Amino acid sequence: MSIDKLLQRDSFIERGARSRAHALLDPGSFRELAGPFERLYSPWLAMQKLVTQADDGVVVAKGRLDGQPTVVLAIEGAFQGGSMGEIGGAKIAGALELAARDNRKGVPTQAVILFETGGVRLQEANLGLAAIAEIQSAIVDLRRYRPVVGVSAGTVGCYGGMSIAAGLCTYLVLTREARLGLNGPQVIEQEAGVAEFDARQRSLIWGLTGGEQRVASRLADACVADDSLEVRSTVIALLARGVPPVHRSERAADFLACLDQVDAATQATAADARAIYAKGLE
Amino acid sequence: MMDTNTKQPARGAMWLRLLTGGARPAHDWASVQAVDAILAGQPARYIAVVPDPDNRFPRVRNGEVGLVEGWQLARAVQEVMALDRDAALKRPIVAVIDVPSQAYGRREEAYGIHQALAGAAGAYAQARLAGHPVIGLVVGQAMSGAFLAHGYQANRLIALDDPAVQVHAMGKASAARVTLRSVEALEKLAASVPPMAYDIKSFASLGILWKVLEPTNLALPDEQDIALVHGALEAALADILADPGRDLSGRLQGRHRQASRRVRELLDMEWEDKQA
Repeated sequence: MSIDKLLQRDSFIERGARSRAHALLDPGSFRELAGPFERLYSPWLAMQKLVTQADDGVVVAKGRLDGQPTVVLAIEGAFQGGSMGEIGGAKIAGALELAARDNRKGVPTQAVILFETGGVRLQEANLGLAAIAEIQSAIVDLRRYRPVVGVSAGTVGCYGGMSIAAGLCTYLVLTREARLGLNGPQVIEQEAGVAEFDARQRSLIWGLTGGEQRVASRLADACVADDSLEVRSTVIALLARGVPPVHRSERAADFLACLDQVDAATQATAADARAIYAKGLE
Repeated sequence: MMDTNTKQPARGAMWLRLLTGGARPAHDWASVQAVDAILAGQPARYIAVVPDPDNRFPRVRNGEVGLVEGWQLARAVQEVMALDRDAALKRPIVAVIDVPSQAYGRREEAYGIHQALAGAAGAYAQARLAGHPVIGLVVGQAMSGAFLAHGYQANRLIALDDPAVQVHAMGKASAARVTLRSVEALEKLAASVPPMAYDIKSFASLGILWKVLEPTNLALPDEQDIALVHGALEAALADILADPGRDLSGRLQGRHRQASRRVRELLDMEWEDKQA
């Protein structure tokens, strides 16, 4: 990016969840559902004397995207690490369920999920996990009719049970700053030791799980610059592709064939993952 | 890290054997066993993840769900869907759940374990939506991503009332580290906040389980215990077949899920643009 372009650029990462939804939807079409004035504070955080937020860190925005009926589900990474509690999880699952119902009634509502999340909110543990299972169910239901596009811009990235939800999306958009993985570096270090994964080594983390690597190894569809217009136009282009004959999550046979080629006796490198998946997942 | 699972026989493997009369698995896979056997007089597929001490992936030797396991679970479910593609009556799938965790490792992240678990979760959800009755039977640990991949997409969830049965989002040590607490403080908190607890009684209070069973011989179930579980699976199957819905809404009725219901009511009320 040239300096001029850099100065004019409208950063997507720097926007909060509500602002990101505004940036995506067609001008004037944004309408928030179950918004902050409903005062949906997490009862479980309050019980533990922790900070709550009136929208529980999730924005549900209905509107149009390139003229098409769309619901945007934006997770606020700045609130509790974007973690999924009962309320935030129910907002995402409930909205996806209604989008699927729309399609069954002949209204082709599509969905965009902005993943900025560490996964389950551990202070609401089992209710967060249950909500994530319901989100996953709703994605699989909706994607039969219209694409569900996932976007992770950073800086939180997309982890835990929500990375599995991202893996169920029809298409996935990442920035170079985003990270996508199941287990956060700290948790791997805790569970498996520092030799397995050093949570302080940022180049290791981004090298293996960053947006560029994930797209190069076909675990995501597009790596975009941190630019709101580019994010928006990429999402529109992917939605226009419609529902593919086979979703990434259905390619069990292809992935198993790839994993057969992995030399599990040695530690994995980014180059190995790229080489094996670039060829095996064409 | 110490292996804490080898001291007792794996509950999942044991129950899979007991429920299927020791029938041979459909594949020679070591860590994912799919066994075709009878449920309520009709063919069904029972699936379990079992420990594989020789797994070529070193972080997947104690029954964890790893890369290969996730995709094999997906295959095991996809095969059933393919078999019944044109059948009016879709055969049931029973996920026998005893999964200590997903695999934590560098290899796993490099090759996208999140995608492997999405393969499994997605296959179970697709099977349910296609009309296959899916029953999750929790006989041991049901932890986090491993549970999401294996069983949490079931139409009905049944658990054994057994101290070895645990449902949770993260192991205690890691949960303590991430929430900046000591393990002792976490345990104390878990005793008063139902969704944070690890035991099955607290989990049952959330209303997500369909039934909790109380076998008498937990370590070595007898004929009566096996009949109890068989009976519950048959009852769950009948309940699913009598239900026109294929979604997970049956889990929303618990007294600790008021907020989940309230949010859905609000969304439904506000969904259509009244001004448009």
